[in-house]
Amino acid sequence: MSESAFQIFVNTLLANNLVLAMFLGLCPFLGVSGKLDTAFPMGLATTFVMLVASLCAYGLNLLLSAFHLEFLRLISYIVIIASAVQLVEMVLKKYSPALFRALGIYLPLITTNCAVLGVALFQTSREYNFIQSVVFAVGGGAGFTLALVLMASVRERLQLSNVPELALGTALSLMLAGILSLSFMGFAGLGG
Amino acid sequence: MSISTPQTWEEFTEGIWRQNPVFVMVLGMCPVLAVSVSAINALSMGLATLFVLVCSCGLVSLLRHTIPREVRIAVYIVIIATFVTAVDYAIQAISLALYEALGAFIQLIVVNCIILGRAEAHAAKNPPLPAMINAAGMGVGFSIGLFALGAVREILGAGTLFGIGLFGAGFQPWVIMVLPPGGFFVLGAWLLVFAGWARRRKSGEVTQHV
Amino acid sequence: MSEQSSTDKKVIPIAVAAPQAAAPESPTGPMIRTLGLVSAICGLIIVGAYQGTYDAVAENKRIATERAVFRVVPAAKSIAEFVAAPDGGVAKVGAGETALVPGGVKFFAAYDGAGKLAGIAAEGVGKGYADNVRIMFGYQPDCQCVVGIGVVAMRETPGIGDKIITDKAFLANFTALDVKLKADLSALANEVRAVKHGSKAEPWQVDAIAGATITSRAVSRAINDTAQALLPRLVPKLETLGNAS
Repeated sequence: MSESAFQIFVNTLLANNLVLAMFLGLCPFLGVSGKLDTAFPMGLATTFVMLVASLCAYGLNLLLSAFHLEFLRLISYIVIIASAVQLVEMVLKKYSPALFRALGIYLPLITTNCAVLGVALFQTSREYNFIQSVVFAVGGGAGFTLALVLMASVRERLQLSNVPELALGTALSLMLAGILSLSFMGFAGLGG
Repeated sequence: MSISTPQTWEEFTEGIWRQNPVFVMVLGMCPVLAVSVSAINALSMGLATLFVLVCSCGLVSLLRHTIPREVRIAVYIVIIATFVTAVDYAIQAISLALYEALGAFIQLIVVNCIILGRAEAHAAKNPPLPAMINAAGMGVGFSIGLFALGAVREILGAGTLFGIGLFGAGFQPWVIMVLPPGGFFVLGAWLLVFAGWARRRKSGEVTQHV
Repeated sequence: MSEQSSTDKKVIPIAVAAPQAAAPESPTGPMIRTLGLVSAICGLIIVGAYQGTYDAVAENKRIATERAVFRVVPAAKSIAEFVAAPDGGVAKVGAGETALVPGGVKFFAAYDGAGKLAGIAAEGVGKGYADNVRIMFGYQPDCQCVVGIGVVAMRETPGIGDKIITDKAFLANFTALDVKLKADLSALANEVRAVKHGSKAEPWQVDAIAGATITSRAVSRAINDTAQALLPRLVPKLETLGNAS
């Protein structure tokens, strides 16, 4: 694949945003994006896990391909991701207990975040090399954080608006997400 | 392990209406929006998820007394990943075209919150048969939700249903419906409809009895 | 999250990191035994599924590949798979083997009814609008040109990007697309590139579809990348492809 690192980063951040274009990571996107102060750290934590998962997935893929054990790919990826999340949890608990408590139940939920596993699976199916994989993971995490922060900002504003009661909650978030997604479509072709 | 029939039926229907994973619990959204660009893709994904749900909950339930509490989530995930891998190969064997259409989202079934949630909340505490029936109900509810989404998006965005043209040559398809924003909009619309129905049923019940 | 129906039991998976204080720790021995048991069961299921579907999957892939090659090399009656290694060697891939040479480029030699070489087919990948676009293109050594393309997999926008399958003017680009090599056979003489709709001037350019530039560019890039990697290794060794075995 002849995509340059810059192209991959820009594309994954904007035109092929993991949340708004590829529909990955929607559970936390709809769940954690209520407040800006929790949205941003959540995005950062997820980006870190994505990076670790991407590196491990790259290595695992080399190992499994060498032994023709491709059918173990999914299981090994998901176990690695679960372990990476455990690691992040322990580190946060020790060095930033306030953040740990603020993120609460959503931190272990990074394990079931489609975006993290999605990054690992996509980089494998597109056969990215090492640099491309790392850039893809960082771009993906940045795009996820961007979408989360945008959503949180808008939702915070909406709390003071007059929304019909029937639409409150997830229906509203989805309509918002649709508009965000529509606007991000304008970035198509930016990465060249 | 004899279950009375009404109770079994309720186990099954719980996942279809009252706790529908798509419209009520709003869980497992990633594959729902990504795959529902056509009715056939949506249904296939629903069936694949149903299979994984039933098998995983069945196995978890069989092993529920031996799985240590500390590592139970890891064990559930491994079991789910096993059946997802099996389904992945099964779909490749059945139809490569379908496999290409569903893409990476088959493997993403493993992180579908519904399955892990069911295993943790229900299968770990119940005997195999009720667990599998409940899981089947959830899977059917999920498939119904997926189909509702996929059908609307396909009809509006391509003018076909299951590939069969509905409106004739003059129809201008609403292309945005098969693109990502359309997924968000249609699901949001369905949630509004569902909320409206649920509210009308609730107010109807309240005026009817007690 | 959603304020709908507050009576819903929202099922949230509880993480392993938060055990309740009151319950006693499970002893390590039985824990390891159970984990071993679970791993064994899961391993059996996975391997069973893999082995059980292996033949069917291989057959499906073979049929799909054959269909794609026959489309781009119309005179073909049989195909053989080859790998062009980075060192310049061209080796045949036997049935059932996988072409796992690092840096190697896979291609197919298509033979006509008499067993003579009818053309070459190779796959190319290009980044499209939504995801990668995979195409198969046919190459004729006599004219040193691409003679046709077929789309293997794509996820482009219906009605816009998917015109690369139906647009006759676009497909006409590939009936005689020039992919001649330089005199020293090290690379293509001219890079295959997509140009604005209506401005095609040279036989190695691809006239993009108006309004679907990104997808058109993906196709031209796919052909260019694969041709640049494959043809310098292949052209000197064309005779070794021989006849159908």
